[in-house]
Amino acid sequence: MERKIRIILAKPGLDGHLRGINVLSHALRDAGMEVIYLGVDLDPREIGRAAVDEGVDVIGLSIHAGGPVTLVGRVQEALRDLGAEDIPIVVGGIISKKERQTLKEMGVRGIFGPGSDISGIVKAIRDSAALPAGTS
Amino acid sequence: MYDRRVLEAIEAGERRWHERRVAPALEKTGERQAEFGTTSVRGIKRVYTPADAPGLDFFRDIGFPGEYPFTRGVQPTGYRGRLWTHRLVSGAMGGRESNAIIKNLIAHGENGLNPVFDPPTLNMRDSDDDMSRGQVGVNGTAIDTLADMDLLFEDIDLDRYSISIITPHPFLFPMYVALAENRGLSLDRLQGTIQNDCINNSHSCNWIDMAPLPLRMRVHGDAVEFATRFMPLWNPLSIVGYHIREGGATAVQEIGFTLADGIAYLEEFIRRGLDVDDFAPRLSFFFGCETDLFEEVAKFRAARRVWARVMRERFGAKNERSWLLRYHVQTAGNSLQARQPMNNIIRTTIQALAAVLGGCNSLHTNAYDEAFTAPTPEAAMIALRTQQIIAHESGVANTLDPLGGSFYVEALTGELERGCLDLIEEVDRRGGAVKAWEYIQQAYLASAYETQKQIQTGAKIIVGLNAFTIEEAEETEIETYEIDPDFEARQVAFLQEIKGRRDPGRVEAALSRVAQAAEKGENTMRAMAEAYKVMATLGEVRRAWEQGVGR
Repeated sequence: MERKIRIILAKPGLDGHLRGINVLSHALRDAGMEVIYLGVDLDPREIGRAAVDEGVDVIGLSIHAGGPVTLVGRVQEALRDLGAEDIPIVVGGIISKKERQTLKEMGVRGIFGPGSDISGIVKAIRDSAALPAGTS
Repeated sequence: MYDRRVLEAIEAGERRWHERRVAPALEKTGERQAEFGTTSVRGIKRVYTPADAPGLDFFRDIGFPGEYPFTRGVQPTGYRGRLWTHRLVSGAMGGRESNAIIKNLIAHGENGLNPVFDPPTLNMRDSDDDMSRGQVGVNGTAIDTLADMDLLFEDIDLDRYSISIITPHPFLFPMYVALAENRGLSLDRLQGTIQNDCINNSHSCNWIDMAPLPLRMRVHGDAVEFATRFMPLWNPLSIVGYHIREGGATAVQEIGFTLADGIAYLEEFIRRGLDVDDFAPRLSFFFGCETDLFEEVAKFRAARRVWARVMRERFGAKNERSWLLRYHVQTAGNSLQARQPMNNIIRTTIQALAAVLGGCNSLHTNAYDEAFTAPTPEAAMIALRTQQIIAHESGVANTLDPLGGSFYVEALTGELERGCLDLIEEVDRRGGAVKAWEYIQQAYLASAYETQKQIQTGAKIIVGLNAFTIEEAEETEIETYEIDPDFEARQVAFLQEIKGRRDPGRVEAALSRVAQAAEKGENTMRAMAEAYKVMATLGEVRRAWEQGVGR
């Protein structure tokens, strides 16, 4: 049997919008993934540390209260400090077009706004898990 | 309302109609769906008659506007006397930038101010806090000190408008008090609202790290007590249903859990020694409004009726004003789509119409571009104009409760009322909303997942998303709002400058008075206001309170 994909879901920064991350954690579990739901209002460094400790394949960040470029950058920085910059990141939430472009340039594997199809998110996570960051 | 014999005749008539007319039609063409429903009610009937609300009593259940149980509205003249307050959430970057946004809206007919704050301010953190990085001035105004608050309301007469201070915590409220006092205004003339709902923010945002909920209730109660004594026109608590709804709740869950939260506050304040009739007249509510028009209208009517009965029967309130469910509505942010975003104008229009037909006291209409970011001024203007067109062109504001008496709306109002009472009872059984917040959260998040599955399977159609789609490339490009990337550094520099100008001894003394008041269980609002006057920051005042209560 194929190994289950392990993904951490977290909200970095000061952001308590729970709905998306909760719906997604249910949906990803239904899609056969192992979801580590870290919660809201998290310091980006905590997310990096947890991702390493849990040995996840992918990090999913949910951002609805602005600052995605800074917050994703800080998670990446935390991962670099821990020598784990190869863990791929996908992002969902309220992201402007300009931010979307910057996040792509930063190596984010998938960016999902409101109304995103769950199967598309599942596919992006599976693809990311198969291809660690920095190897594309 | 109807004689038993009349109801029997109607029922017989419906059976006959079904046999002669409906059955052949069903055989011939069928119906679009096997079952029709709202978010809360399954099995909506094909047509409604008086027989669908057989126990309905006109005087007991419907009555007249401005009279118990207020199903038809809290004012006897409704919108004929005064239209609902047009109150748009507004703010971005700093006090100065947000002041310009607010003044522009006032110039175009807004009459209630609704400044919104950035995530650090909402979380009682300063702009130079490590956790604030990247979010300073985003989606709202950054407020660190009284200097920012002063800029936000520059050249705006605080005693002329109803002003909402929309923070889930009560720590910004004494800063507003300090501002008013510095301007020489008498507190008893100020009109407005602070949100101040910590129960809601526990279940809607897991906002529980600062202090356990029972301890937090104390400082929230300080604000209510302070306003009750000194600010008779102020609403010191706006009990929030909006986040419950946006979190995925059905319409009935929204009102059931919100009113259960309201009951928890009443119990807390009464325990504190306040008389229910002293503070209850100033409690207000904040609801969402989605696109199923009749369900939303029924929801508001049911909520008014339930609340009036809860206040009179359960809490024994004697003052008629204590019985009134007064509320602000915001149209549904979660309904806004990123695909074909101009269609969001139509969604918001239907929702705003439902809110008005339901009798809202105040309304915020979302802008069509909010699936991307905070609105552009142009998009916000369309949102304001939507309200004005409903108010002045549609004619719906000319008579009160125009859908009252609709067989469907009355039946639905009754269904939602019963569902709401069941949920209140369930929360009671679990020891009240302060204890049961996790149950509440899980209940509406489960509804969110159900809704998502319905969208995935196509059972719930969202135009432009899972039906009637077009290629992304063919969509109309819209401009979206972009925050100035240098703002955060500017705001941090401004904060440093203010800190540099302060008298450290006075700041320290003022903060220790906040801590002392908190430690002794005294009302902390006055001490906080004085600390802000010597330019203590929001984050410093919060930390002083935490120290005082031993966190």
